[in-house]
Amino acid sequence: MSDYIIHDHNNDGIDRRGFLKCMAWAGTGTLCVLQGGVLKSFALGHSNHEHTGSLKGELSFVQISDSHIGFNKPANPDVIATLQAAVAKINALPTPPEFVLHTGDLSHLSKPEEFDALDQVLKSLKTSRVFFVAGEHDVLNDNGKQYLERFGKDALGEGWYSFDQKGVHFIGLVNVLDLKAGGLGNLGREQLEWLEKDVKHLKSSTPIVVFAHIPLWAVYPEWGWGTDDGAQALSYLKRFGSVTVLNGHIHQTMQKVEGNVTFHTAMSTAFPQPQPGTAPSPGPLKVPAEQLRSLLGVTDVNYVRGRHSLAITDSPLAI
Amino acid sequence: MKKHFVFRMAALLLLLVCVVALSDQSASAGSQDNATNQVKIDNFSFTPATLTVSPGTTVTWTNSDDVPHTVVSDDKLFKSRVLDTDERFSYTFTKPGTYPYFCSVHPKMTGQIVVR
Repeated sequence: MSDYIIHDHNNDGIDRRGFLKCMAWAGTGTLCVLQGGVLKSFALGHSNHEHTGSLKGELSFVQISDSHIGFNKPANPDVIATLQAAVAKINALPTPPEFVLHTGDLSHLSKPEEFDALDQVLKSLKTSRVFFVAGEHDVLNDNGKQYLERFGKDALGEGWYSFDQKGVHFIGLVNVLDLKAGGLGNLGREQLEWLEKDVKHLKSSTPIVVFAHIPLWAVYPEWGWGTDDGAQALSYLKRFGSVTVLNGHIHQTMQKVEGNVTFHTAMSTAFPQPQPGTAPSPGPLKVPAEQLRSLLGVTDVNYVRGRHSLAITDSPLAI
Repeated sequence: MKKHFVFRMAALLLLLVCVVALSDQSASAGSQDNATNQVKIDNFSFTPATLTVSPGTTVTWTNSDDVPHTVVSDDKLFKSRVLDTDERFSYTFTKPGTYPYFCSVHPKMTGQIVVR
């Protein structure tokens, strides 16, 4: 189950009650920004964005996830239309994002025409670049060969990589390959060894953003919502003052803060899934057509130099 | 007296019928297993989770779920392509043994075929 309890040992004087109140609003498009150690919330709307202009931060990017191009069942017969709505929403942001992170399940069946269609839609994004990590639906049949050729040209090994933007270190991990029977997500020894080396010489004050498809934390293991060796990866990041973990896969927002680490999962742009344990399985959740877009969305992330945590805002496609 | 006799004959007849019926059931148990060579994939599970068949049986998995799944042997003996809704995969088991398998897309989904 999601865990909204925070530990108080991050030494920045966050008021727990205020934080929890903030998190309860997060799903409806609330901007929560840390200002001088106190978490303040702002409703996400055009007029308010002027007030929060000074809090825009130095780096803003957007996370989208689980577009599942090729899916055409009742839960959403037109995933291209909802992805287009997500692109429109991103393009309407007062500050264009520096780049967009897609945390996997770009396609539904790893078909070339699905990847083509995705490329076509994302061409309209007003941003300089889109970074991707693979979901399990992108690596069917060929162990990810086709996916890597198209979306992982600069990646190492089976698809991991890192880059820096405005002093923030971004790490893309792949945890959907070489899955074992009965297991969860898997990073594997080679990737973990690379990760340890990759962060070794960074200053502990460097903000870190890790993104991967399946949650790196145990959201709900019964449904495969976790990564077997995720804890190992997180152990290499323990010393850093600010770590943000962005995941997808579960098609709903969930957030947990543990010490200096903020875990966040994004909504899908294709179809919602049930909350843990509320359905027989984690499959596509059918909702009345008029409710669908309120359960799909994008995530806006802002980094302000010197602030402890990144400001994460989830915006549904419709209220 | 006659009533008592009829009653006893009826009871004996009933007993005989039950015995025959039971022996019939155990005799056809083997052929029933051969007829049940289907595994249904739905709600992120394989049903039945354990299927017992006799050597030479072709088992067919059918995906009735609304997401794709695969059927992959733990011991790399068989591996399906990705199965979308209504697609099937078949494999013929010739040797006795236990064959665990899982869905490589959703590895928490596991099942086994027992051949004997």
